[in-house]
Amino acid sequence: MDCKGLICPRPLFETLKRLKKMDVGKTLEVTFDYPLSKEEIPETVKKQGHEVISMTEENGVWRITIRKMK
Amino acid sequence: MPKATIVLFSGDLDRAFAAFLIASRAAAEGWDVVLLFTFWGLSVIRDPNKRAHKKEFAPRMFDMMMPKGADDLRLSRMHMLGLGTSMMKKRMSAKKLLTIREMIKEAKEFGVRFFACTVPMEIMGIQREEIIDEVDEFCSVGKYLEEAKDADVNLFI
Repeated sequence: MDCKGLICPRPLFETLKRLKKMDVGKTLEVTFDYPLSKEEIPETVKKQGHEVISMTEENGVWRITIRKMK
Repeated sequence: MPKATIVLFSGDLDRAFAAFLIASRAAAEGWDVVLLFTFWGLSVIRDPNKRAHKKEFAPRMFDMMMPKGADDLRLSRMHMLGLGTSMMKKRMSAKKLLTIREMIKEAKEFGVRFFACTVPMEIMGIQREEIIDEVDEFCSVGKYLEEAKDADVNLFI
């Protein structure tokens, strides 16, 4: 899911809404460029019990892969 | 899970924006969130497409003077005959933020509970039939206090 150009809290909200609609065990990849989201997204999804598989950054664009766990 | 209650007393675009932002953010984290609309905040949950029964003179005046729903809100400052509000809405849309109407839908999606306070509704002559379907409960101050007394965050906006 592409959240580039979105500011807080849109990337987080879009991620959580998408996760809600997915089946357990499926993975979601989100790209975003709003710096505050780089802490907010992984912290919140982990708190909700999901797994952060990877997070990378390239030229100010973050790419996070999340597995829905429940 | 933590709990928050937010009283939205004002019917201003900027204040409503802040209230929905906090409410949705908390609910997205899994908090139990109650958003109570009262007095001018009732403007936010008026449905412009719904028709009320016949009203007396004073309630008709309130009808005319108050914003007609979420799309009709104004800024608390720098409204400038609509110019400031329209500029703010354009900026928000340029930043791909949601409108207040969309924020209402999103807050419900995250599980925020909407309450409407009946006393100011009586005073202003606002009828239940005019309120958007997203409102879960019409309540008294007592019911609100019941929710607020064990909440971790209580805000009045």
